[in-house]
This record gives sequence, structure tokens and C-alpha cells, in this order.
Amino acid sequence: MPEPAPPGKPPAWQDPRVRALVFQALAIAAALGVVAFIFTNTMANLRRQGIASGFDFFGTTAGFGVSMSLIEYAEHHTYFRAFLVGLLNTMLVSAIGIVLATFLGFTLGIMRLSRNWLVAKLAAAYVEIVRNLPLLLQIFVWYFGILRQLPGPRQSVSVLDAVFLNNRGLFSPEPVLKPGFTAIPIAVAVALVAVFALARWARQRREQTGQHFHTFYVSLAILVGVPFAAAAATGFPLRWQYPELQGFNFVGGMELIPELVALVLALSTYTAAFIGEIVRAGILGVSRGQLEAAQAVGLTRGQTLRLVIVPQALRIIVPPLTSQYLNLTKNSSLAAAIAYPDLVLIFAGTVLMQTGQAIEVILVTMAVYLTFSLLISLFMNWYNRRIALVER
Amino acid sequence: MYRFIRTLAFLAAVCTLVAAGAEAGTMDDVKKKGFVRCGVSQGVPGFSNPDAQGNWTGIDVDICRGVAVALFNDPTKVKYLPLSAKERFTALQSGEVDVLSRNTTWTLVRDTALGLNFTGVTYYDGQGFMVTKKLNVKSAKQLNGASVCVSIGTTTELNLADYFRANNMSYKPVTFEKADEVIAAYDAGRCDVFTTDRSGLAAQRLKLKNPDGHVVLPEIISKEPLGPVVRHGDDQWFDLVKWVLYAMLEAEEYGVNSENVDQMKATSKDPVVKRILGVEGDMGKNLGVDNAWAHNIIKKIGNYGEIYERNVGPRTPLKLERGMNALWNKGGLQYPMPIR
Ligand SMILES: N[C@@H](CCC(=O)N[C@@H](CS)C(=O)NCC(=O)O)C(=O)O
Repeated sequence: MPEPAPPGKPPAWQDPRVRALVFQALAIAAALGVVAFIFTNTMANLRRQGIASGFDFFGTTAGFGVSMSLIEYAEHHTYFRAFLVGLLNTMLVSAIGIVLATFLGFTLGIMRLSRNWLVAKLAAAYVEIVRNLPLLLQIFVWYFGILRQLPGPRQSVSVLDAVFLNNRGLFSPEPVLKPGFTAIPIAVAVALVAVFALARWARQRREQTGQHFHTFYVSLAILVGVPFAAAAATGFPLRWQYPELQGFNFVGGMELIPELVALVLALSTYTAAFIGEIVRAGILGVSRGQLEAAQAVGLTRGQTLRLVIVPQALRIIVPPLTSQYLNLTKNSSLAAAIAYPDLVLIFAGTVLMQTGQAIEVILVTMAVYLTFSLLISLFMNWYNRRIALVER
Repeated sequence: MYRFIRTLAFLAAVCTLVAAGAEAGTMDDVKKKGFVRCGVSQGVPGFSNPDAQGNWTGIDVDICRGVAVALFNDPTKVKYLPLSAKERFTALQSGEVDVLSRNTTWTLVRDTALGLNFTGVTYYDGQGFMVTKKLNVKSAKQLNGASVCVSIGTTTELNLADYFRANNMSYKPVTFEKADEVIAAYDAGRCDVFTTDRSGLAAQRLKLKNPDGHVVLPEIISKEPLGPVVRHGDDQWFDLVKWVLYAMLEAEEYGVNSENVDQMKATSKDPVVKRILGVEGDMGKNLGVDNAWAHNIIKKIGNYGEIYERNVGPRTPLKLERGMNALWNKGGLQYPMPIR
């Protein structure tokens, strides 16, 4: 006859908590096992086929050139430096793209809500068309359809003989700093501090006395005036170097390659369509009572938008906006299709090929995009928390 | 995003196929499958290019057809996989193709760190530059400051850098993955110069809007021995692909061609010819194929000279002289190892 189970405490294998823990431990062990299996197997096979592995290649000479770099780079630099060049170029398109997409997107969102029929419909048409065409196609349209059609260097379109546009890019005068220039960044810093202090003071005053102060215009005056005064005092320590046609192309001056322009335009106009919708949804998401209340206390339309609607709409807008920023950054990897030297083209392209170390290179590339994504999310989460606190 | 996904897929392919361990026994694999998987270019006329009916033609293609004939006595038993310069080695390493025969330069790094073996040289070449006649450039030394269109992941990209560095000149590389994009960019005037292997210049030139409006500069800035490639670690397969090319060359050297091959087989008294054609000796058996292997290759595809003339020679649109690719006893570099 079986022993009756002792009353009270059930055996461990019947305890759901213990069971859950055991199952989770097993799942983790299995996952780790699979990873370890893939890893050791891959390494063994690489060795057997005699394919090089490891990250030593980062230190060897790259030996290839790139068309655009934000840091000094030449053929004798290492693969690691080439990696940095690609990384920075990716960050550059993403950053410009995000800024432009945000401006254009907010404009579109507000336009769609306009009471002017034409404006609203124009924005709606833009959103519907741009959002529904594949991004790669749009990049090709910008690059092959529009920028490719520009004339060659000798027939450049020129503006005042200072800015030149041709199928090699956009060439503009470059500021060359002369001694004494350091006064200007210092003046900018001073102006910034002053503006912050002013804003604080104005807010405190408003909270205490209810008096309004034109912070915006005064700040603008400070931001422009102080650096200008500094520049005037030091005798405008800046010279412009104009681009000149020399040999095959323009030299001197600043250069924007058409690949960069096409990519930035495509990424920002495309993402702006999505942001426009997010902004519209965010604004519509603010309850009507808020609008009526704002009008009841006599705020103007602009003030209503700026002080009542936007701060509340932002809370709805920011989370989906974050994913648009992430998308834009990841989409920037389409750069490789049009020869913009981003991380994918330089690193996952040329470096991968020349070293043959596909696995390492792809792992690093994925790690970079993952890091970008995490950083953007972190920042936007922080920002979201900050504005969420505004709620009273 | 799409590229990102492709990259992921690429990694997955590398991992799984590497994990599966595709080594040794390629020949058994191929015999079991009944066809050879051959990695080719995405279209280089004369070397590997689909014709109007979609049939692949070219010198590089004929190597693959030769391997198929050695194994199956049937040149159609090949499946072609067009690969960009960037994709080609991963495709071979991961076992997606059995042999890569696609204007690929034999270099030390590829031969070692990439885990590959070059089986020989189908075409001795060197890198050149092409510019529009309008520029009135006569020498590569005048190219300082030029924008140069080039394929990504090629020896071309590196030689270009070396050449400008050595000559103290600057340049702007504009790099695309697909050869067609490189040509299109050059044709549209995005670059002043197009550079690749000289044979590639002759081939890609045919795709330009006005082929006669361009000149190839006299400088040859590198050595580009182009040949078929297989994976490390499978000697039997390596040997077969290697000897297919030698058989084609050896046949030319001994005057055997697709027209006289049967007659030579029946009447030739030359012991070398007898060995090539499988009348004497066990040459095919040593390679793991039929003793008539070389006979079949010559009959169905031709000897090296015939292949050359048919695909890239002076009477083709490419108009390439035999030059370095003549046989060793005719002033060239092609020197087949003896079949004995
Ligand atoms: N031989 C050189 C270059 C070979 C190469 O791929 N060249 C390009 C020049 S445009 C090409 O022919 N591409 C043809 C294709 O991708 O279909 C190498 O092995 O790296």
C-alpha cells in the first residue's frame, strides 16, 4: 500500500514555481548549447577549410581609397580606420536625415490638419504617395533619375560663381579660419549661457508675477548679436576659399558628393511621410476639451498650438517617432546601392572582400547597428520620460 | 533594410553551410547530383555572359562545361549562378557553387586566408584604364585628381589605390557592387575613368552607349592572372578542375582540335596524343573520370585555341590578341603540365 503523501508541502516537482525555474534554466541551457554548438562547429570548419578567423585584420593596412571621409584617411591607414570612416559616414547621413525628416515631418503633419483645403490635400497626397513607394526605388530616382542628369564639371550650374552643381556633386566655398577665430566659439558659448539664464529668469518671473516676457526674440537677438559683435571686434577672422575648376574637377572648397545628397534626400523625404502621420495622430490625440479650454482663456492660435497642444501631443508622438529614427538609421545601409561610402559599403563590402573574414565583419556590422538602435531608444526613452513628467 | 536582411541571410548561409561542413567528396557530390554548380559573373561578354537565348557562353563558362563533359560527357550538365565580385568567394566557401569560374585574379590572400585554391590561369591579364576620347588624355600619368569608377571587392580597387599612391596622384573612387552600375556610372559621366582588367575593359566597353568614343590608356598597372577557383581541402576535385584546363591547352599544343579529334584518335601514332585521347594509359581513371574525358572535352568544346578564338579572339567583338595567352612555344605564357 502506498504511503499517503505528507500533508501541507507538496513534493518539489509539483511546485509550480520550482517547475517554472527548472524549465527556464533548461531553456537557457539549451539556447546556450545551440550557440556554443554553432560557434565551435563554425570555428572547426573555418580551420579545416583554412579560412582565416579572428580580429587581427583590424590592425593591417587597408590599401584602398574612399571617396568621402570625415576623418583623415589614406590608403596606408588600417582597416580599423577604414571602419571608422564608414561608421562616421553612416552616422552623418543618419543624423542629417533625422533632422530633415523631423522638420519636414512636423510640417507635413501640421499641414494635413490645416483648415485650408489645398494645403491639407497636398500634404495628404505627399504622404500617401511617398509612403507607399519602396525606399530603394526612391533612392534610385533621386540618384539616377535626378542627380545623374546634372551636367559634367565643365558645364556646371553655378550660383554667383561661388557654388557649383554638377554630376560630381555640390561644391561651395569653404570657410578657412584665421588667427583670432577662437573668439567666436567663445562668444557663442557665452551667448548660450546667457540665453539659458534668461529663460530661467523669465520662467520664474512668469510663475511669480504672471508677466510674460518675449524670451524667444530676445534670445534670438543674443544668439546672433553676441557672436557677430565678437566677429566684428576681431576683424572677421574668416576667409572663404572658393572652389575652382582644376583638371578633372573642382578643387578647394567644400564638396557634397551626389551619393550623399541622394541618400539624405531619399531617406528624409521618405521618413517624413511617416513622421507626418505620427504628428497628425499625436495632435488629434489631444482631447478637444484642451483646445476649447485654451481658447476660453484667450490664447491665440499659435499659443494654443505651442503651449497646449504640442506639449501634450509630444507624449503621443515620441514613442513611434523613435522607431522612425531607428528605421532611418537602418535604412541608411541602402547607401551601398548608390556608392555612398557608409559602413555597409566600406566595411561589410570592401573590407569583407579584401580580408575574406565574412563572419567577423558581419558580426561587427550587426553590433554597430544594434548599438545605434539601442542608443537612439535610450535617448528617446529618456526624453519621453522627461516630457511625460510635464503632466499635472 | 533590404540590404541588411540580405546581409543577415548571407551570415546565416555562411554559418549553416560552414557548420554542415561541405568538405571533401565534391566529386562524389557532383556525380550524385548529376550536374556541376558553376559560379560565373553577372555578364562579362566573352568570359561569362548569357546569350539571347539565356545560354551561358565565354571562356570561363567553357571551363565549367569542360568539367561537366569530363564527368558526364555532356556540356549542358552545368547550373550557373551569376555572382557579383563581392558575393563570389562566400558563395564558393559556403558550398553554393562547386567551382568559381569568373574573371577572378589569383592572389596570395585569396589562396590562403580565404581558404581557396586556384586551379590554373585561364587568361593572363592586367589592369587598365579607359577614358572618353573627349578628355584627350594620353597616359594614366595624367589622371591626377580624376574620379574613377570601380567594382567593389576586387583587386582592381586595390591596384588603383597602389598606382595612384606610387605615382603621388590623388583620385576619387566611386565604388559599386554590380559591374553594370559601374559601367552606367562611367557612361553617365559620374567618373572620368573606368578601370578593371584589360579583358574586362574590352568586354564592358561593348555595353557603352558609344563604344568608339572611348580609349584604353597604354599603361597596364598590374598582373591579373584569372583562373578557376575551388575550395581548400578537396584535392580530388581540385585536380579535376585543374586538368580540364591543361587538357584544353595540351590538345592545342599537340594539334588536336574539335574537328580532327576522332581522326587523330583513330590514326595518330604520337604517344602523347594517344595518352591525351585515352587510347593509351589510364589518365582519366587517375582523375576519377572516364579515360575518354579529354577526347570528349576537345570534341564537344574544343582546344584552348578554339575556345579563345570563339569567345574573345580578334574575330570577336572583344578583338583581343592572343598575346600573353599564346602557348609557351609560340611566345606566350600558357604552359600546360604534361599529361602522362
Ligand atoms: N579580376 C579582378 C576583378 C574582377 C571583376 O569582378 N571585375 C568586374 C569589373 S566591372 C567585373 O567584371 N564584374 C562583372 C560582374 O560582376 O558581373 C578580381 O578578381 O578581383
